[in-house]
Amino acid sequence: MDLNFSAEELAFRDEVRSWLRANLPQDLREKVENYAHLSKDDLMRWHRILAKKGWIVPAWPKEWGGTGWSAVQRYIFDEELGFAGAPPIIPFGVTMCAAVLLRFGTEAQKKRFLPRIYNGDDFWCQGYSEPGSGSDLASLKTKAVRQGDHYIVNGQKIWTTLAHYADWIFCLVRTDPTLEKRQEGISFLLMDMKTPGITVRPLILMDGAHEVNEVFFDDVKVPLENLVHEEGQGWTVAKYLLGYERLNTGRVGESRRQLARLKEYAAHMMSEPRWRDRLSRVEVELTALEITNLRFLDRMRRTGQPPGADVSMLKIKGTEIQQDLTELMMDATDPAASDPLAEAVRKRYLSMRKTTIYAGSNEIQRNIIAKMALGL
Amino acid sequence: MNFDYNEEQQLLADSVRRYLAKSYDFEARKKIVSGAGWSTDTWAQFSQMGLTGLPVSAEHGGFGGGAVDLMGVMEAFGEALVVEPYAPLALAVRLLGRGGSAEQKSLLAGVVEGKAKLAFAHNEKGARFSLDAVKTRARKKGAAWVLDGDKAGIVGAPTADRLIVSARDEQGIAIFLVDIGKVSLQAYRTMDERLAADVVLRETQAERIQGGRKELEDAIDFGTALVCAEAVGVLKFACDTTLEYLKTRKQFGVPIGTFQALQHRMVDMFISLEQARSMACLACSRVDAGSDPRAISAAKIKIADAARHVSQEAVQLHGGMGMTEELKVSHAFRRLTVLAREFGDADHHLARFAAL
Repeated sequence: MDLNFSAEELAFRDEVRSWLRANLPQDLREKVENYAHLSKDDLMRWHRILAKKGWIVPAWPKEWGGTGWSAVQRYIFDEELGFAGAPPIIPFGVTMCAAVLLRFGTEAQKKRFLPRIYNGDDFWCQGYSEPGSGSDLASLKTKAVRQGDHYIVNGQKIWTTLAHYADWIFCLVRTDPTLEKRQEGISFLLMDMKTPGITVRPLILMDGAHEVNEVFFDDVKVPLENLVHEEGQGWTVAKYLLGYERLNTGRVGESRRQLARLKEYAAHMMSEPRWRDRLSRVEVELTALEITNLRFLDRMRRTGQPPGADVSMLKIKGTEIQQDLTELMMDATDPAASDPLAEAVRKRYLSMRKTTIYAGSNEIQRNIIAKMALGL
Repeated sequence: MNFDYNEEQQLLADSVRRYLAKSYDFEARKKIVSGAGWSTDTWAQFSQMGLTGLPVSAEHGGFGGGAVDLMGVMEAFGEALVVEPYAPLALAVRLLGRGGSAEQKSLLAGVVEGKAKLAFAHNEKGARFSLDAVKTRARKKGAAWVLDGDKAGIVGAPTADRLIVSARDEQGIAIFLVDIGKVSLQAYRTMDERLAADVVLRETQAERIQGGRKELEDAIDFGTALVCAEAVGVLKFACDTTLEYLKTRKQFGVPIGTFQALQHRMVDMFISLEQARSMACLACSRVDAGSDPRAISAAKIKIADAARHVSQEAVQLHGGMGMTEELKVSHAFRRLTVLAREFGDADHHLARFAAL
């Protein structure tokens, strides 16, 4: 038993770290550290810096621009980005859509979309949830009817993150409403956001931020060539995506940075035993999460098997820790303060409540563990 | 990075598990507990399997095992709720092996053979978990040392023939070897059915062992890591047996495990177990790598939390049956309640963690 990274892995971490020190623009890092709004330009600027270095899509096959890193290296890379205070890499294109195209896409689809994702030419968003279909995703109603060489799409998506930045959206749509097993009538479609009939309406969250949207589809014409995998196989695609690359959902590096920031920010609270105990407990939780994360990674490396359902616990614990850290930060803020940082800290507390709801609510994660890992 | 046991460690843990499955099931354990409170046969078997020699250095006929080497064994002991005082022996061996004179260390050959039995007498009433609260006094009488004081709740003392005792002299905390025949013992059973005793030392002859507060803290951190590993075994049993119960117990015509309210609680128990296992790995490897008190305390906080959470939920989900002595789960509850506090409860370690 050896809980340490190997010498090669540590050297890799140092390489990533020193590159980040030299190449992560100061103004972007400061925005992240001060919880400021990141514009589309900010996000894409960072995307292109990573793309230029060749580090934007580590998990892709090498022929398409992947780095050929091991799972451990990819984990280290992601955690170092979080630890350094880099802007987030928006996952809808580089992680999600790309994973689907690489697994199910035709050669033409790959050639058409992957290089543009790599270069940051297309900004993608994800059309899954609907007003009546949240956790119960398979109940989705947005329908696509085949008409000649097109689908005609009608319906509505909701919680569509950064749809107002997006050039493209990948959607789950219902192509056959007659089937009794409702999972079988779903298909996976790619749509150009400029297509007539698509309307984006902002949903402002309680921190005042515009992050998510409603997206309306009104007789939207989508060429048949934008179907991924076969018609009616959308659920297979969705399930594949759910099980893909879930080893970094704990966001340990990001939380380590928040913890360090919190200790600095809240130095005046360390003499307050009740607050300090709460901080210590979160720190212990984070250590437990980190080691559990490494254990899963080690298991995956040894067995060569994809992560099991039990990695859902990383999402549960990781998001709980993220929320606890923001709450401690707010509690350490002078209630009478109204400077920009104090305001940003409060907004962040409001905003981070989303983490236990999005990407499969923590209750859904528990359902997954109960069913898939415990056999209940 | 590697979280696996090596082949030797795995083989040993497997053979301990096989032996316990065959000879130390719940019925066999019940007989031991309702009888003498420990089994000489079992101890002889432990010795034959190399367990008593495991923490002893090679030069004294042992295997020189560290915490990670002991981890799989402690887990297996936890699963079977073994009552024989193995961890106290390992802890005493560590102090004796590191600080004993050549003559004192010659005792270790007997330990390997399973003949000599040692226990660790540090706890005192009112000390709670404070290392520095030792009130037992050590003074010179002529050329020899004598001890005066009262040790309390010393697990394994009733079956030991020698004790490793902490006591305070002019310079601070020191460590001593005491023959069991020189002390008076008041034996009793702990709430988790182990043999323990209060130990009265009155002008009791003792031999000094090299080492003081630092060595004592190191030994207690080592013991804490072992407790973490043992707790993982008990937690695993408690989770497994509760999961089994949820799948078989029917109410309203269906297995109660179909109810989401119970499924989510079971999942949270499972998460507690996995986190506890991670922290036991951390504690045992850090102890072996030298010293990392902050990591040890972090581990014990999580273990104590997991022990409380899982034990309470296991009983609750078993309903009334979980309260009875008839089911092993209630005995696991008792063991976890004690392990949560052994070498410091969550509050104690939280204070230590925050101060470091």
